[in-house]
Amino acid sequence: MIAYIMCFVLFLVGFYGVITRRNLIKIAVSMSIMEISTFLFFALVGYIDGGVAPIVDPADPVKIYVDPLPQALVLTAIVIGLATTAMMMAVIIRLYRKYGTFDIREIKNLRG
Amino acid sequence: MTIIVKKTTQLIAGMVFMYGIYVIVHGHLTPGGGFAGGVVIAGSFILVTLAYGGDFLKLVREESGTTIVESFATILVIMIAVSGFLFGTKIFFNNFLPKGIVGHLVSAGVLPLYNIFVGTEVAASIFIIFLSLIIFKEESPK
Amino acid sequence: MNPLIPFFVVIPLAGAFLIMITGRFFKEFDKYLTSMILLFLAIISFYSLFTTRENLSVYKVGGWEPIDKVPIGIYMVMDGFNAIIVCIINLVGFLSALYSISYIKRYTSGNYFYALFCLMIGGMNGVVLSGDLFNIFVFLEISVISSYALVAFGVEKSELEASFKYQVLGGLASFLILFGIGFIYWKTKTLNIADIKEAFNNGYDRTYYLFVQILILSGFGLKAAIIPFHAWLPDAHSSAPSPISAMLSGVFIKAVGIYVILRLFFNMFAVTEGIAILITTLGTLSMVIGVFLAIGQWDFKRLLAYHSISQMGYVILSTGIGMILIARGTKPEVAALAITGGIFHLINHAAFKGLLFLNAGAIEYSTGTRNLKEMGGLARSMPVTSATSFIASMSISGIPPFNGFFSKLIIIIAAIMARFYLLAALAVIVSIITLASFLKFQRYAFYNKSDINTNQQIKEVPFPMVFSMVVLSIICVLLSLLVIPDIRDTVLTPAVNILTDQLKYTTTIIGQ
Repeated sequence: MIAYIMCFVLFLVGFYGVITRRNLIKIAVSMSIMEISTFLFFALVGYIDGGVAPIVDPADPVKIYVDPLPQALVLTAIVIGLATTAMMMAVIIRLYRKYGTFDIREIKNLRG
Repeated sequence: MTIIVKKTTQLIAGMVFMYGIYVIVHGHLTPGGGFAGGVVIAGSFILVTLAYGGDFLKLVREESGTTIVESFATILVIMIAVSGFLFGTKIFFNNFLPKGIVGHLVSAGVLPLYNIFVGTEVAASIFIIFLSLIIFKEESPK
Repeated sequence: MNPLIPFFVVIPLAGAFLIMITGRFFKEFDKYLTSMILLFLAIISFYSLFTTRENLSVYKVGGWEPIDKVPIGIYMVMDGFNAIIVCIINLVGFLSALYSISYIKRYTSGNYFYALFCLMIGGMNGVVLSGDLFNIFVFLEISVISSYALVAFGVEKSELEASFKYQVLGGLASFLILFGIGFIYWKTKTLNIADIKEAFNNGYDRTYYLFVQILILSGFGLKAAIIPFHAWLPDAHSSAPSPISAMLSGVFIKAVGIYVILRLFFNMFAVTEGIAILITTLGTLSMVIGVFLAIGQWDFKRLLAYHSISQMGYVILSTGIGMILIARGTKPEVAALAITGGIFHLINHAAFKGLLFLNAGAIEYSTGTRNLKEMGGLARSMPVTSATSFIASMSISGIPPFNGFFSKLIIIIAAIMARFYLLAALAVIVSIITLASFLKFQRYAFYNKSDINTNQQIKEVPFPMVFSMVVLSIICVLLSLLVIPDIRDTVLTPAVNILTDQLKYTTTIIGQ
């Protein structure tokens, strides 16, 4: 039960970072923290009491395995998160070249 | 970089590369597979580039070569998937090579081939991300 | 098993990487390769539309057959509703790719543009054709990351800022969706859409169910730009290059936003009255607030972007009315009429909003400005653009005999027959204000007599751009034929039957 509450607290920490921080790179790092909390939640959903890691060993035939489907989903989602972070970093570097600052309060060219 | 960093990188970059190949090829027996092994291989390339540096033209040439490798690997993955369509019974991703005995290295049909090509593609794409960021910094006006 | 379904996803993906290789060796080859790929996809999508009327075809990836009637493996499904959206995606994509042959000359790296464009189309086809919740998420991320890169393509100040805002809000939406999928998997232990409905039929916890529905509505509502979540849309759609604006506003917010909301809330969750009233309220707010924000704009691409929010409000309003009537269990034929109006307005909006954004791109290509106060008198120097823009403006305002009139008429009649008189009155008022806004656009851009730019030579735009605009305007006029009962039974009625019938989707998929 404590583990599920930890997931939620981590999501709120990341969300707080996205809302209140002014530096662009801190916003990107906070989004990384938010997505890590989601992966932790997924991996916890597939836990079965008394199970072992789902690797078939020809020596010991029958055991209770933990659910392997959420683990495959988390692997895919980690790669997607990497692509999102890389895209955001590329845009941040170009923004720094054009505006000369990392402060998000200076970047308000579009209004209305 | 100093001579200590260069010597240490010379010693361990080869071992990191071999470990990455081990993780990819044993993807159907132990945890790992294409994604994780590809990231380790890209790590070894990034280590060598960081330690030795490079001038601008050499990095641009490396980037264009790596892009071609990445596109080739993806097209090969799609062609293996489509070949299930042609040789099998009209199903994509069909596992049509003979599956061997559980636990041996050469077994489980098409899966080791998928792992190898996906690993190559992931390694190439992460190396391209790193190279583009460095090239962008190198060509900035002083 | 229909073997044609995976081609919609595999061909654009292979094409994108093939463009990256051959773009280095042959210089002009990538434009023609993209156009040929998209033309082939448009042809097979129309073939699928006319052969899939009431049957539902399933494709099981990898050939994994179900064990004891429990689906394992990934399913891809094509039914009446899917076929319409796939046609829209591929046809508008083909015309935008044709338009960008001459528009892209002002940017330097052309082959990256076409590779990202093909990836975006492949991702959208995957979202629409998948029958599995996590597959929707993976293809959604593929198409959304390509659209982040395409919005920031010409690296000016305003485009980068718009792309950054879009990325932060889009990333937040993706995490909410992933959380929702996690909660659904925890209770039902399966990811197949038909199987989840079976599991929910056997009893569910009411508070848990409401929480999951709110998470999924927030996540996909942010992608579809419904009113509390609309803040990214004006910046992103106005700063992008014009063919990408036409694709984003005409296809993207429908294929990954509205389509998934309709599919999940009609076919996966059981229809309850509370959520239906919430969806109708959000649709009304979008409709009204969108048009009031659009009137005072002088930048015409921002004006068109705000009107997108308003017209999407129409679609959500009418399907919300249909959902309320299904939840109460009364008047099924009025519910079918309301959903028919919603889907018809979706198709119409893709046609005329795509045409409006392509016109805006043509004006910007010739005059170099986007401010309505700095242009005028273009009707003489750009005759084709002026004529097609007139057709599109009359369509969006709802003037007969163009297509916008018929779809808005069906929505208003359905609202009156369901005794929602306030909603029908609001729909009529919003339509009148839309007409005023577009009359302003036409007057300032085309018919105003001004002598600001008489010393510049303003010519008509090159041939590929003219061809795309003329084809879209012909489609706008032809779409009004969909209200004739024979043609409507071929195209629209199978889609409505799949959504309103509570059991057909589930029993057909699990039975195969």
